[in-house]
Amino acid sequence: MPKKTETESYRQVSVSEFFEKNRHMLGFDSLQKSLFMMVKEAVDNSLDACEESGTTPEISVEISPLKDDLYEVKVLDNGPGIERSIVPKVFGQLLYGSRFHVLKQSRGQQGIGITAAILYGQSTSGEPSIITTRRKVDSVAYKFVLGIDIKNNVANVHSEDPVIWPHESGTEICIKAKGRYVTGRQSIFEYLKELAVVNPNAKISFTDPEGKKFIFEKTIDEPSKPPKATKPHPYGVEIGDIMGICADSSESSLENVLINAFSRISRATALEILEKSGIEPGTPPHSIDKVRAESIIRGINSTKLMPPSGESLSPISEKFIRTGMLSVYGEHKPSFYGRPVTGRVAIYKGNPFSVETGMVYGGALPVDQPILILRYANKVPLLFHPGSCAITKAISETDWRQFGFEQKQGKGVPYGPAIIMVHVFGPRLPYTSESKEAIAPVDEITEAVKYAIKMELKQLRRFNSRAERNKKMGEKFNLVSTVIPEIARKSSEILSMEMPDCRVVISKIANVVFVRETFREKDGNKYSVTEVINYTMNPISMNLKIVFRNGDLDKKIEDLGMSEKFVYEHTEPLNQSDEAEYYFTGINPVLVQGADELPSDWGLKGVEAYESEE
Amino acid sequence: MNQRNNTEEYLKKLVKLVYDQIKSGEVPEISIKSRTKENIVLDSLLGVWKYGDQEIRRNARKMDGAQFLAKSLYSIQFILDMLKESKSSTLREMYYISEGWKDYKFESQDESNLLVEDMEVISELMREDFHLRPEENGASIIGNITLEEKNRKGEFKRINCRDDVGDSGYTIPYNVEDEKLHLISQDADMILAMETGGMFDRLVENRFDEDFRAVLVHLKGQPARSTRRLLKRMNEEMHLPVYVFTDGDPWSFRIYASIAYGAIKTAHISHWLAVPTAEYLGITATDILSYDLPTDVLTDKDIAALNSELQDPRFNTEFWRSEIETMLKIGKKAEQQALAKYGLNFVTDTYLPEKLNLRS
Repeated sequence: MPKKTETESYRQVSVSEFFEKNRHMLGFDSLQKSLFMMVKEAVDNSLDACEESGTTPEISVEISPLKDDLYEVKVLDNGPGIERSIVPKVFGQLLYGSRFHVLKQSRGQQGIGITAAILYGQSTSGEPSIITTRRKVDSVAYKFVLGIDIKNNVANVHSEDPVIWPHESGTEICIKAKGRYVTGRQSIFEYLKELAVVNPNAKISFTDPEGKKFIFEKTIDEPSKPPKATKPHPYGVEIGDIMGICADSSESSLENVLINAFSRISRATALEILEKSGIEPGTPPHSIDKVRAESIIRGINSTKLMPPSGESLSPISEKFIRTGMLSVYGEHKPSFYGRPVTGRVAIYKGNPFSVETGMVYGGALPVDQPILILRYANKVPLLFHPGSCAITKAISETDWRQFGFEQKQGKGVPYGPAIIMVHVFGPRLPYTSESKEAIAPVDEITEAVKYAIKMELKQLRRFNSRAERNKKMGEKFNLVSTVIPEIARKSSEILSMEMPDCRVVISKIANVVFVRETFREKDGNKYSVTEVINYTMNPISMNLKIVFRNGDLDKKIEDLGMSEKFVYEHTEPLNQSDEAEYYFTGINPVLVQGADELPSDWGLKGVEAYESEE
Repeated sequence: MNQRNNTEEYLKKLVKLVYDQIKSGEVPEISIKSRTKENIVLDSLLGVWKYGDQEIRRNARKMDGAQFLAKSLYSIQFILDMLKESKSSTLREMYYISEGWKDYKFESQDESNLLVEDMEVISELMREDFHLRPEENGASIIGNITLEEKNRKGEFKRINCRDDVGDSGYTIPYNVEDEKLHLISQDADMILAMETGGMFDRLVENRFDEDFRAVLVHLKGQPARSTRRLLKRMNEEMHLPVYVFTDGDPWSFRIYASIAYGAIKTAHISHWLAVPTAEYLGITATDILSYDLPTDVLTDKDIAALNSELQDPRFNTEFWRSEIETMLKIGKKAEQQALAKYGLNFVTDTYLPEKLNLRS
């Protein structure tokens, strides 16, 4: 930074001018990436706007080739629209935007992104962008033709006209720019697909340069919950932050500044901090200099404070992850859908963050390929720089071999039939660069991701061991229920004799009570059918607890005789991948196959306890 | 007719055993003589190797045992139906027919062949009694020997295996019993059975059959039952000594063993098939060294097979132990056609005469 006295000799450089010269910092570093970035910035803004206004998003993206490497990128949303007077600022001025000064989790690049896209379009095509926006309260839409005055970092509005628009509300942005359209892992299509995974309440349609149209339909009809703004937590606050806050404060005493500008500081803790800092509580905030700010930080760090609340965190939610993965990756017919895991709230540099994961496994997914990793930061798919990202690092440092994956010496990206999604979210996540393409692999985040992945994998292990057990059980069941009667039938047929009773033989071979789930299709729905068959020598009684995803029920089975069957057909249809779990009491556990003994702490803990915390 | 009733009776007795076990609440079970090299013993009276007393029990406690029982029942029913209708089928046809048995069909023809052999062992009958026959394997004979074979019209037709056949010789049918094949006369001193077609053709071209008064038999690899049975009949009924001329590798040793001692898989009928006086004229490890023959390196499978032969009671003689150990030591094997290194006539002019002299 130049010294104050030298400032005069430097030419003023506007923010716009700076970014025009350093595009790569914002991700506009190649033709193919630039096209991608324009779509991403526009779509991220649209999703944020819909979320804030409680709308279920409908977003359409269209890329049309013009000539040579010139394209037109058009993104239309059904968001709340933008008040016409602030349109020039929102789109034409870097660093404008409500988000920049508030501690809040959001998708977009905090007032840089969309303006950078317009700026990029302007400098590569020489043409301004067209923004059309309408709010519900307005009777017409307003169409802006708008560029950017680079020297002064303000919008250069070419024209502003009211127009008749078919949409009730929303915003459309249309930018002409140089670019290159690509497909594959780092493409616009992949980005929209991964967005569809975490936004099952959004309808996203995409028209590629050849005019092919893809639609990701919405499978949930409820808006996402918007994140809340919070005050910063004292841990992790730096000297500059303290000095800035104090300088801007209208409070009369330092004590009140601490109480009102930060979270988790009560009057008592404020006094404790100041006592430890050796500063009078009544000190006027404006007198805080660097030395005193340092003392305050020492005071904060030696005072025990409550951790930051997760209030400001906006998870995708278990329901959304589950539904999204099901609808986007259902085509692979996975044999297992992991229940999404939400980690506890952790802190990095005083800011809260958390991790969510989801997983699909097996089915038609390739066994001999690396697993597919879907990385998300604040609900935004991360497609670039996987190697330097905390998520990839956490996956690579987890030993997947014990869960049935191939992994060289237990390190690196594992091979196996799985798609895992990891979402790290929180205000002020550390990124590896301004363009927010990868999460910085700091220990706090890497460890939190590892923990969530392990929770996810534990479910997979449970599934695999259950599948193994079911297979063995299925074989034995088939043996006694089919093959033995067939031997009896065939031998009597050859001899022209009466079919012998084979129940004793069956009980001798099996000597267990089988509990098994079969399924029945009716009217396009799938129903769970529970069967309990007594293949022991004596009549049995037991209590069976059948646990479905949305509740459980108890069945009392009494005096079920040798080779007799108890059948219960569930009355509610099932979702695609649901399976019942069975627990029993009142019978010798060694006699039962296909069910587990009811844990003694049932009802205290619940089966879902493993999902949340350690 | 009598034979048919006999077979039917045996098979039904077996089914009744299973039926009664189930009826009395016992897990069905069948005992079979263990068909492994650990369970073959020398029948010193006949000089062939037969199964010993070890038995394995196939029961329905586990899936594969139960499947075996169920498939056996399906097969027995199929055989009984054929007997009733006086039909017969090939082993391969039975394998395809099992497609209709759905959950109890054979996974491979090996599985159905093994099951038929198991049933022979259990019932002490032969697959011919079940009206099952193998596919033609077409092993052939050239030499001055006269036979009568019953043709489709039911007439016996006389054939001299030197004068009445082409260069590929007389093809051995799958049934070589007296009802099908009469051995009439011979004017020869020995039978020379060869592993490969190339060597058979070489000896035919070099007129070895005429010069050495030999009946040449092409074994086509591991010989079929009918080939071994005919060798035995020619040996016993026509008093011709049998010499076996093979490649020099562990698999060829087994070809000789199955002819001379009886095969492990079919030891229940060794007395029917084996020629205990048959002599080995094939390439040995000693030949490889003394004739300096072109060789191939032993593969891992070859080495495993040789080591397994060291545990095989049939090879427990001084001659075989020494040859097998030498082969393992030099790590080489050789084909019978490697003798061509010394010219096309070397095998008939030098190698075979030397070997035969050494023997007699």
